[in-house]
Amino acid sequence: MTAGVNVGTARRRWNLRRALLVYVPLVILAIVALGPVLVLLFNSLKTGREIVQDPLGLPDAPQLANYARAWRQGHFESTMRNSAILTAGSVLGVCIISGLAAYALGRLRVRGSRGVVTYLFLATTAPAPLYVIPLFFMWTRLGQINSLSGLIIIYWGVLSPFATLLLRSFLLSLPPELEDAGRVDGAGEIRVLLSIILPLSWPGFVVVGLITALGTWNEFFFANTFIHSQRLKPVTISLLSFQHQFSNDWELTSAASVIAVVPVVALFLVFQRRFIAGMTAGGLRG
Amino acid sequence: MTWLNPGGLPRRQSFQGWLFLLPLMIATIVVIVLPTLATVAFSLTDWSGFGEVTFIGLENFRQLATDASFLQSLKHAVIWTAIFLTVPIFMGLLGAVLLSEAGPLQTFFKLVYFIPVTLASVINAHIWRSLYDPFRGAGAVLEGLGIPFLADVAFLGEKNLALYAVAWVDVWRWWGFLVVVFLAALQAINPELYDSAKVDGASWWLEFRHVTLPGIRVTLLFVVLITIVGSLNVFDYVYILTQGGPAGATEVPVTLLYKSAFQKYEAGYAAAIGTTMSFLSGLVLVGYLLLQRMGWEE
Repeated sequence: MTAGVNVGTARRRWNLRRALLVYVPLVILAIVALGPVLVLLFNSLKTGREIVQDPLGLPDAPQLANYARAWRQGHFESTMRNSAILTAGSVLGVCIISGLAAYALGRLRVRGSRGVVTYLFLATTAPAPLYVIPLFFMWTRLGQINSLSGLIIIYWGVLSPFATLLLRSFLLSLPPELEDAGRVDGAGEIRVLLSIILPLSWPGFVVVGLITALGTWNEFFFANTFIHSQRLKPVTISLLSFQHQFSNDWELTSAASVIAVVPVVALFLVFQRRFIAGMTAGGLRG
Repeated sequence: MTWLNPGGLPRRQSFQGWLFLLPLMIATIVVIVLPTLATVAFSLTDWSGFGEVTFIGLENFRQLATDASFLQSLKHAVIWTAIFLTVPIFMGLLGAVLLSEAGPLQTFFKLVYFIPVTLASVINAHIWRSLYDPFRGAGAVLEGLGIPFLADVAFLGEKNLALYAVAWVDVWRWWGFLVVVFLAALQAINPELYDSAKVDGASWWLEFRHVTLPGIRVTLLFVVLITIVGSLNVFDYVYILTQGGPAGATEVPVTLLYKSAFQKYEAGYAAAIGTTMSFLSGLVLVGYLLLQRMGWEE
């Protein structure tokens, strides 16, 4: 009887120890991840003087006016529009380009498709410094510097290979005889793709659309290289010059950062499961 | 299975398949393949980016081999690689192993760890520039709490610290991604392997070494590949936070390439840097593909 009670408490204590061992480091890691983001949020709601006096603490009275000022002085009306155009063009193009290609690689018998898959893997891992210089001077010749459509085309080339590989593995997981009914009816491949494959594979397209949207919205290297006119800058690039311009007004630069983050975090929280599934499917670039 | 054989269908399919591949091939050839070939070609020339192109053979590479600032940037890239092969991979593995024991709170913590991954580099850089500030950052707060040794340290302005300070910002937004990648790999391991390890009375370390590590080695190898290739070509955070400074203390090959091509108009020389870094990345990639061929993936 006594022995039994002892064993019981021993086990419970051991479980408590185990829970502490698991949860204490998990909480520490959570603070590491989220703490700095919260500091950004707090600073965006303080006055400049408050930031100097108490850099990490909560704001006394939330200064929502910071946001109105940041929106106006940060040219968000135009940068948000530019980012939206870039993202929409990139997502639409990548979905069409990689959708067609993935259908060919995943559902049709195409000669040389193994070689194409290797080519796409190489294109996914190819570092941008390898091709950015001639691309820049080529785009200069073609009048595509300071052009949203010129930048969108670059995103098509850079983001489609990974999107294709992702969609291909998704299409390969569908049962093999799906298209037969359509083919027997004499439908062309485009019809089969649109009426049979697309309705079944839209979750794959949602994932590709999401990671392409995130990749475009947050992209820095190409946008910074190919867009110089303030009128055409997307949110991230404009934010960098804004930070330099107002490097002492942290309440302002913090509010501007929060504004830039809101669309991404909203999208992420709504679609978090698909987001994480897609981004970890084969590793994200850079 | 009618589509396997009859009536020349495969050949028609093959033709149509290539039609479907055409947009992808055009986009990648224009944006990646042709400029890549051009980089290699221009690396053999003296070229400002505009105007005349003079063929000079391997002269650019000969110059690179003795260029002190390039060699220093290469050293920084090696340090960066060493940091990224250890710190975020350790944090990612730790987070994933703990999360696999976390029960119902797993999704919540996973979400929290993943948030920095979704933020743009410009924003993460801004967050840490504030925290690193000697007068309005974390150091000043600690001083107020009686921990003075970080006060007045300008992390990004100190020659000996700047590279590590910049690297930490990149680690901070990267490790959460690895948590999720490793967690997915852990969950794919057959649980019976753990059961039999328990029956054999294995310690958690033996369990980790003989069940967990072999179970995730495919993922680990892939992570090592993208870590090395990414580190050799690091650019964003260095460019945003320090532009290679102070006094070249954070200069990496790609910031040097960027300055050579777009500020000094030495496009030929910059192309040689790009070719060199891509050659090194290519060696790593070949190593990865060889390991894959040798059956490491089974």
